[in-house]
Amino acid sequence: MLTEVAQLVLNGLMAGTILAVPAIGFTAIYAVLRFPNFSVASQITLGAFAGYVANVTFGLPAPVAVAFAFLVAGCSGLICDEFVLRPMRPTGPLAAAIAAVALTIVLENVIRFWFGNDLRGYDLPVLRDWRFAGLRVSPQQVENGVIAIIAMACLFGFLAFSRMGKAMRAVADNPTLASIKGIDSVTIGRMVSFVGMGLAGLGGMLLGLDTSIDPLTGFRAVLTVFAAAVVGGLGSIPGAVIGALTIGVAEELSLLVLDPAYRTAVGFFAILLVLTLRPRGILGERAF
Amino acid sequence: MENYLIAMLVFAGLYGLMALGLNVVWGMAGMINLGLVGFFAVGAYISALLTKVIGMPIAFGVVAGAIGAAGAGMAVALVTAKLRGDYLAIVTLGFSEVIRITASNEIWLTNGTDGISGIPGPWRGEVTPEAFNLVFLAIVAVVVAIVVFLLQRVRHAAYGRVLRAIRDDNQVAAVAGKTVIRFKVEAFALGCAVIGLSGALYGHYTSYIAPDGFVPLITIYIVLALTAGGTGNNYGAVIGSVLVVFFMESTRFITEVVPGLQAVQVAALREMMIGGALIVILRLRPGGLIPERLPRIDLPEANLTEKKKAT
Repeated sequence: MLTEVAQLVLNGLMAGTILAVPAIGFTAIYAVLRFPNFSVASQITLGAFAGYVANVTFGLPAPVAVAFAFLVAGCSGLICDEFVLRPMRPTGPLAAAIAAVALTIVLENVIRFWFGNDLRGYDLPVLRDWRFAGLRVSPQQVENGVIAIIAMACLFGFLAFSRMGKAMRAVADNPTLASIKGIDSVTIGRMVSFVGMGLAGLGGMLLGLDTSIDPLTGFRAVLTVFAAAVVGGLGSIPGAVIGALTIGVAEELSLLVLDPAYRTAVGFFAILLVLTLRPRGILGERAF
Repeated sequence: MENYLIAMLVFAGLYGLMALGLNVVWGMAGMINLGLVGFFAVGAYISALLTKVIGMPIAFGVVAGAIGAAGAGMAVALVTAKLRGDYLAIVTLGFSEVIRITASNEIWLTNGTDGISGIPGPWRGEVTPEAFNLVFLAIVAVVVAIVVFLLQRVRHAAYGRVLRAIRDDNQVAAVAGKTVIRFKVEAFALGCAVIGLSGALYGHYTSYIAPDGFVPLITIYIVLALTAGGTGNNYGAVIGSVLVVFFMESTRFITEVVPGLQAVQVAALREMMIGGALIVILRLRPGGLIPERLPRIDLPEANLTEKKKAT
């Protein structure tokens, strides 16, 4: 029993590490642009498929293909924001949120148009699971976790030390003050759309490496991503990491008492619980 | 062909009801509901189960479906009432997914992904299928007319004015002594009741419901219908729904023109057009084809000047 729980917690932490990547993307966009960009769902799918093309069609190894997933989803996020979402934002955050849902439908079907509904798997070496102290862990999961941690470390470095990263935090913290200081909020908005959606795409590929991908990959994952962001505090980047780990572990532990089909529902109930008890989430809404 | 047209009109009516429900929530009170299809499913399942399994009369099932959806709406609205609208967007989106998961897995209750078949319909079996279609169209038309009438009354009443005030600036409404949270929760529940009503009727019309029938795309149809018709306008909601059904059916013919497409590509192309249409309308005509016109309010000063003129 104890080993079983330990195994579930371990699985949850590894799943949470991967989940943190798209959750950071979603929450960072919220922090700067102040609207929930639901098109994160289709960018997750897009990243997964971009990585698939790089990995299977061009034969690149997975850790390299991941960079491709980041770039494609990031560019797509930037273009979509520039031409679809940014013009709507003056009307109000909710109009932009609705447009983002419509955008998700469009992008998802662009992918379906090219690739069809079939499940696809990445081209990966088959490796034996590692065992220690009665616990199992697959080398692929460890590799995914390491990629996720490297991506997050890069992001935190970018936000903490680069000029652009500092400007981004300034806009998230106080847009008026930032604009008085001469920070161009439009440029920052473009940057955050690129980085945020890039992370979503990268996360999508990491999710797909574990299982398989199809045009609904992102849509299935997105409720968990929202849950991670809300539980940690919508708009808080460290919060997204903590939220993702919490949701990851909670989902795995729920297997002890619930049918596996209800995994996604765990995220929803976590959202309800947090909103009732502590609406600002674990870390509040401060971006960094 | 006639049957096809009648069936399309019935669907336009059902979508119209949902758009009317969304109009209360979004058009009048300014709250978002991206999980419409979840409340639609709640209404459909409650009514189907009550009439088929317990054998209640259809009218009773339909009312119970509407009440059940209102209850679910009230719960969702209460959780997010004090928070920014973004949270309501996330919670409603999640709600519809959880309903779909539950409907797929609680096999003892909902028969899982196989769905519930053989849901009774008014006079189904007693009249020819063509006549049933017509009867149902009449029922839907009457229900839509009644709902439009009642919602117009709400809109013109003091109650509707409070909702508009909350939509435009909830702080001002609060300063004016209105209990913003109560109004928001009530409006959300009222809107969900209408959506649940539509779901219940849907089940009795098609005689079959399954989780696959309650996909998020339906939410997009309805948002498209309301935005196209005119947010805030009850007549616009109904007209928009007719347009959306017409548009959806015409995309079927448009995709036939392009040769060499597989079935999945045709489906993808149609969904792309629906999503694209919503983006284009939000961008170019955010007020819709028939923008909301605010009811004329007789201000005391205006009365005063008229009286002066008279004297």
